[in-house]
Amino acid sequence: MVDTDRYGVHMATTTAVHDTGDPEVTPATWSDPKRYAWLLGLLVPGLPFMAWGLVEATGLGLFWFFGPLFVFGVMPILDRLIGDDAANPPDSVVQWLEQDPYYRWCTYLYLPLQYASLGVACWLWADGGLSTLEALGLALTVGCVSGIAINTAHELGHKRASVERWLSKVALAQTGYGHFFIEHNRGHHVRVATPEDPASSRLGESFYAFLPRTVKGSLTSSWHLEAERLRRGGSSPWTPRNDVLNAWAMTLVLFGVLTAVFGPGVLPWLLVQAVFGFSLLEVVNYLEHYGLLRDKREDGRYVRTQPQHSWNSNNVSSNVLLYHLQRHSDHHAHPMRRFQALRHFDEAPELPSGYATMIVLALVPPLWRRVMDPRVLAHYDGDVTRANIQPARRERVLRRHGVAA
Amino acid sequence: MSAYRCPECGFTYDEERGNPREGFAPGTPWSAVPEDWPCPDCGVEVKDDFTVVAAS
Repeated sequence: MVDTDRYGVHMATTTAVHDTGDPEVTPATWSDPKRYAWLLGLLVPGLPFMAWGLVEATGLGLFWFFGPLFVFGVMPILDRLIGDDAANPPDSVVQWLEQDPYYRWCTYLYLPLQYASLGVACWLWADGGLSTLEALGLALTVGCVSGIAINTAHELGHKRASVERWLSKVALAQTGYGHFFIEHNRGHHVRVATPEDPASSRLGESFYAFLPRTVKGSLTSSWHLEAERLRRGGSSPWTPRNDVLNAWAMTLVLFGVLTAVFGPGVLPWLLVQAVFGFSLLEVVNYLEHYGLLRDKREDGRYVRTQPQHSWNSNNVSSNVLLYHLQRHSDHHAHPMRRFQALRHFDEAPELPSGYATMIVLALVPPLWRRVMDPRVLAHYDGDVTRANIQPARRERVLRRHGVAA
Repeated sequence: MSAYRCPECGFTYDEERGNPREGFAPGTPWSAVPEDWPCPDCGVEVKDDFTVVAAS
């Protein structure tokens, strides 16, 4: 079966260089090389336990910061050591691969571990005798878990089954980012790679300019989307049926219960881990569509989202921890496709390294611009006017690339 | 009454059943659905891209 997308790209066949392309391949004769690697994603919610263990084993309080040390230090090294993998599952097994419940369980199991680690962290904040700095380290480690939980929520939130959508909201409760489940699916996916999307970063926009814009824009957009949906049915937005409100209510209940059990001393740390967690999600958002812009059709609508509208990465280590989020073009073209079946496309723009490395670059804007701006330019054959440019910097960006403003 | 299907993900809008979650009461004709209404499941396609699957 050849998957011919409506925009004429023979996605699986033209690009799957490692694909066997053999119609004889069946689930019985093919095995998924990454099958058991997906379980490694469950190491992430284990980070606070590892931090605690390392502190106990070494006596070094520094290890309370093990989460950020792992994400910003160890992961970029693993990106480099382990390298890329462009293999795609053969078309003939995709359907079977998608329905195998094993892969679903790899994502479901994140949640009990996520909340077990939060409970242990609250106990440590309340009764663990940590110094303020150590408590902060633990909060950032827990923030890595809650931030990457947004990625788990992302995988679950795209699915049709109501249990998966509910689990998505549960995973988001720890960061107070319940509105993501609405905004991402109904806002970001519709407006991706356009100036109207708060979560698509623009050429010349630093991560620090993007962060407040995306946080505020995503929040207001999700509210408008829900209000509009409820208004069509003749309802006020102030109803428990409002998915933004009921998702936020989960956060209130969660933080309320934890404060009641462990005392008000845990509340500041709950807030720190939430802000750190959603900032981690937003820095990943920053990587995914930087500078990319969809053309407009004659009728004024944007062209359908295509592989060239997302940055991709085939880095094995980052990929395995984030459920193939980095095969982002296929995700935007087919948002309901399950993570294990997402494919690599040769024609999609490729980030120079894995997400973990790119996150570190994004935190240092001059470095980011140096690495990424030439890549955006090259993607548009040197024509900077085709990129999604930060309006405040438009003149400067055009001048720099030899276009009269 | 007709039904309309999203070519990307297969989500189907059935005029007879409407889609109360999306604010369309049973019997709401396709013509009353806003032009810029995106597929509630995948968000890739909008109303314009949907194809008729059944007419009765």
